[in-house]
Amino acid sequence: MSVHSAAGGPVHIPSFGRASACITNNDLFCPEWVRDNWGSVLQPALVEHVKLTAIAVAIGFAIAFAAAVAARRHRILETPIGLVSAFLYTIPSLALFQLLVPVTGLSVTTVEIALVGYTLLVLFRNILAGFRSVPEEVLEAARGLGLRGRDILWRIELPLALPSIVAGLRIAVVTTVSLATLAAFIGQRSLGTPMFVALRDYFKTEIIAAGGLAVALALGADALLVVAQRLLQPWARARAAA
Amino acid sequence: MILLDSVGPGTFLDAVRFIGANGGLLWHKAVEQLALSGASMGVATAIAVPLGVLLGHLHRGSLLAIGVSNVGRALPSLAVIAIGISAFGIGFTNVLVALVVLAVPPILTNAYVAVDQVDPDAVEAARGMGMRERDVLLRVELPLALPLLFAGIRTATVYVVSTATIAAVAGGGGLGDIIVDQASYRFPGVLGAAICVAALALLADLAVGGLERLLRPRGLRRADGRAAALAPEPLGGQAAPGQ
Repeated sequence: MSVHSAAGGPVHIPSFGRASACITNNDLFCPEWVRDNWGSVLQPALVEHVKLTAIAVAIGFAIAFAAAVAARRHRILETPIGLVSAFLYTIPSLALFQLLVPVTGLSVTTVEIALVGYTLLVLFRNILAGFRSVPEEVLEAARGLGLRGRDILWRIELPLALPSIVAGLRIAVVTTVSLATLAAFIGQRSLGTPMFVALRDYFKTEIIAAGGLAVALALGADALLVVAQRLLQPWARARAAA
Repeated sequence: MILLDSVGPGTFLDAVRFIGANGGLLWHKAVEQLALSGASMGVATAIAVPLGVLLGHLHRGSLLAIGVSNVGRALPSLAVIAIGISAFGIGFTNVLVALVVLAVPPILTNAYVAVDQVDPDAVEAARGMGMRERDVLLRVELPLALPLLFAGIRTATVYVVSTATIAAVAGGGGLGDIIVDQASYRFPGVLGAAICVAALALLADLAVGGLERLLRPRGLRRADGRAAALAPEPLGGQAAPGQ
């Protein structure tokens, strides 16, 4: 499989460095290879991976948020939006990446369109569920205090919907981190790039290093969102402590 | 190598034609994928259901049961498959191990929550009737937990069947072999195989759903699967995108 160099980037020849015994034997994990290739292979892949994920989740969130706000006001929109995002969710990602290539080329755009598509369902559902979880009495009270639609959205509904929204974001982020590895399949650099190269050459250290970084990135991002939610919802923490 | 064929409205028709013309090949690959998925689900269920049910019965280990799921759903599937291969070599067994790792968390969490949340009054009534601990578990808790337990198995099934596609990247066989080989099969083949993967995941989901209906005790038949479908969501029993 030579797909990964299709973007015209330099063909990556695995550097065996000073070829310690560990590397020449292709032992399970050679730390010295990681040390020697961190700057040239792993770090750039990690940075690109984070970028791909952040952009996709940001755009997906903006779209899903707008759609959820619209669907909350006009119930009739909920089913069609839900169906479209559910349909996008079921397309096998390896196929979607390829099918977009003739339209948007071997580009970051292609990857982002696919990644954004996969975030929509879970974000839309969770944001809407968050809005729906706000008790009617609370909205009533807000209106009674003289708050208008926009203020109610930002100051009442959004904070109360936060747990559901963050739960959706967590799933969207870890899913996107996972799918971004497949960007390498159409030549866009991500942690999938060293993974594909190493799978082809069956070079264990590189597989484990790149795979481990992807796992660490997913778990780290997930944990970060949990912490962010705690900080954004100090009242929930106070209640839990009481 | 990615080839720049054109994709248009006609591609879909071509894909349908591809499916019609290559029934034998697609069947062969689909059986491969089902064998891999079925074996993985079998192993994962054998590990996760007894463990989850036991922990739920004892109302202990929620940290383990729910923590495993939170970590498990965050694991990038390609990374898990790749690491599995470097640790155990290339082949059926190793992709299977990776798929088991991905399937256990949703099954374990749902099994735990399903049994843990069985109406305590029902359990107390059973004890009051003099049922032994084993009977309380097997004849009261387990039947009542069945819908939620199966919701977890369904989630895992769809996840495993669709993720098994990625296994092709790692030499695991299945319909993914066609999807990653655009040079040989062109776009209609890629799209046709993708349609087959989606159909396969859907069929597997329906099959597990049917199995659940067969096993569901008569007293619970009227309460259909809606509660089961809704309940596990907040705990991270997420469906997987078509990988």
